[in-house]
Amino acid sequence: MAGTLAEKVWQDHVVRKGADGVPDLLYIDLHLVHEVTSPQAFEGLRLAGRTVRRPDLTLATEDHNTPTLDIDLPIADLTSRTQIDTLRANAKEFGIRLHSLGDADQGIVHQVGPQLGLTMPGLTVVCGDSHTSTHGAFGALAFGIGTSEVEHVLATQTLPLAPFRTMAITVDGELPPGATSKDIILAIIAKIGTGGGQGYVLEYRGEAIRKLSMEARMTICNMSIEAGARAGMIAPDQTTFDYLKGRPHAPEGADWDAAVEYWRTLRSDDDATFDAEVVLKAADLEPFITWGTNPGQGLPLSANVPVPEEIGDDNERTTAERAIEYMGLVPGTPLRDIHVDTVFIGSCTNGRIEDLRSVAKVVKGRKKADDVRVLVVPASARVRLQAEAEGLDRIFLDFGAEWRNAGCSMCLGMNPDQLKPGERAASTSNRNFEGRQGKGGRTHLVSPLVAAATAIRGTLSSLADLDLGEETDLTTFDGTPLAPLDPRLQVQV
Amino acid sequence: MEKFTTHTGVGVPLRRSNVDTDQIIPAVYLKRVTRTGFEDALFAAWRGDPSFVLNQEAYGSGSVLVAGPDFGTGSSREHAVWALKDYGFKAVLAPRFADIFRGNSGKQGLLAAQVAQEDIELIWKILESEPGTEVTVDLEARTVICGDVVASFQIDDYTRWRLMEGLDDIGLTLEHEGEISAFETGRQPWRPKTLPAKHLPTVEIEAARPVV
Repeated sequence: MAGTLAEKVWQDHVVRKGADGVPDLLYIDLHLVHEVTSPQAFEGLRLAGRTVRRPDLTLATEDHNTPTLDIDLPIADLTSRTQIDTLRANAKEFGIRLHSLGDADQGIVHQVGPQLGLTMPGLTVVCGDSHTSTHGAFGALAFGIGTSEVEHVLATQTLPLAPFRTMAITVDGELPPGATSKDIILAIIAKIGTGGGQGYVLEYRGEAIRKLSMEARMTICNMSIEAGARAGMIAPDQTTFDYLKGRPHAPEGADWDAAVEYWRTLRSDDDATFDAEVVLKAADLEPFITWGTNPGQGLPLSANVPVPEEIGDDNERTTAERAIEYMGLVPGTPLRDIHVDTVFIGSCTNGRIEDLRSVAKVVKGRKKADDVRVLVVPASARVRLQAEAEGLDRIFLDFGAEWRNAGCSMCLGMNPDQLKPGERAASTSNRNFEGRQGKGGRTHLVSPLVAAATAIRGTLSSLADLDLGEETDLTTFDGTPLAPLDPRLQVQV
Repeated sequence: MEKFTTHTGVGVPLRRSNVDTDQIIPAVYLKRVTRTGFEDALFAAWRGDPSFVLNQEAYGSGSVLVAGPDFGTGSSREHAVWALKDYGFKAVLAPRFADIFRGNSGKQGLLAAQVAQEDIELIWKILESEPGTEVTVDLEARTVICGDVVASFQIDDYTRWRLMEGLDDIGLTLEHEGEISAFETGRQPWRPKTLPAKHLPTVEIEAARPVV
């Protein structure tokens, strides 16, 4: 029977078929753990006298609540320190591999899995973090879970899961220069809404998606959750295999060949049917930014702040009014005239080496706007090392940016990297909710290129607003795959 | 988990859509390692506003939250459910819930009842014109009663059964331990294992310092 990519991966993991409303029990290939959503799960195991069934399918990192400065000193915030210490104690007690702050493999869990070669096509991947959808870029079925489910997976390596529906999102054609995968996903969310993906696994396909690098694909799948989706997936292809080959945990020899043979079958059959379909033309896309307080409130940068009176739907109008008030904006203002205080470049959405390279390319030899604070936070310690090996850190520092250690940082503002009340940020992260980056903080979600241009001008800007000069080669900004993080790179220290 | 059949308590009208989990509980409260004691964190940013619904005396003892569509979007933090429960909420009514939030609620015995938008509007009107009005949620009959409004709600059969029986998911799954073991024996060798750990050469990471 014809099936979609998501259905195929699901079928390969059914331990026990459900019936009469009882969900299927699915096997979990890879369980990623971090300090914030796991302490209560481990405590639950202890109280019930249970153990971790498969420590060898579990990996923990410290990322959400770690500082990005002075990482060799004791963590100043005592509650944060306790949380980190709790993860360390739990990992030790239950025999789980942990990459701690200061370790070269520490970083945001959704970067660490792929860079170690643990994330592969055809897996089921879960983590107590909604951005687990990132791993879907490899053709894995990957989704965020709550703490009770974390405990369930620790104890059983399975999850009972309600059936999903499938949505094909086709992005045809080629992206224009200056537009990136971030603009694709922001445009998709603006089109289908923050609830548009509810109950669905999204599959991104089409020419524009095929042409994207693995890292750019991760950016898209990462934000599937912002459309309310259960997961987002992209069928694996040569780009995927090239990214994986040679990574520490990638299969080798005959196992690699067997894996690739199977991975090539992981695509939606030509006659498979989706429950819903959405089509976008890549050529129509331009740099996108959010103006409001949910990721669906986005517009092309050339647009103006919406005028609520012009919105017909009562609910949407009220939501827009509230968002505009919180964001401190004036309806009708050109988005390009909005001044920002902070530019944040990082997160599991856009903190990878290609993101840092594209930012470095734009800001090289320039100075940031005087009154703007610029934070560059690599997604992982390895990304930081690679950036330093390429000299990107010097470019950022000369530009006037701060070059930090790896972690989630200002994406969610659990650590000291926060916006102050009323402060406005252009952020390459994934959520612009009220107070997300600090109480009273105001967030505009942008691509790394828009972040770079904004840091130079001080107002929301794209490359088109810069006098880039003839020596800047724009072809690398059009979504063409750049070299992936090379696991064999000999880092010069 | 406590069994849930029916509950009657003061209804709280929360006239907002897209209430994300960062609003339900801001990230700064996620540093705790306990599963209880989050009542102070619920809607922390909004509770600073004296006009916020939970700061009005009539709603202070509320236990049935009546919200707009797309409640619980965003982060997977189960802390959002713990905060609602710790505050005293037993049920949340909304026209649409985010998937992860709904799942987390079901695991923790908080009823997430999907009620049509028209019925939510009617209930809001009653709760706002007569603050302190009680709402009855009957899980067995899948109905909500508020004043003269009687509305049905949706919840999947499995979650309803588990809530009514007060069942622990892990215990249910472990009844099938034999099937899990059988599945594991067929796992292909190329599928990854995190142990023994493989990685690139260890390199010392330099600590970034504050800009002075």
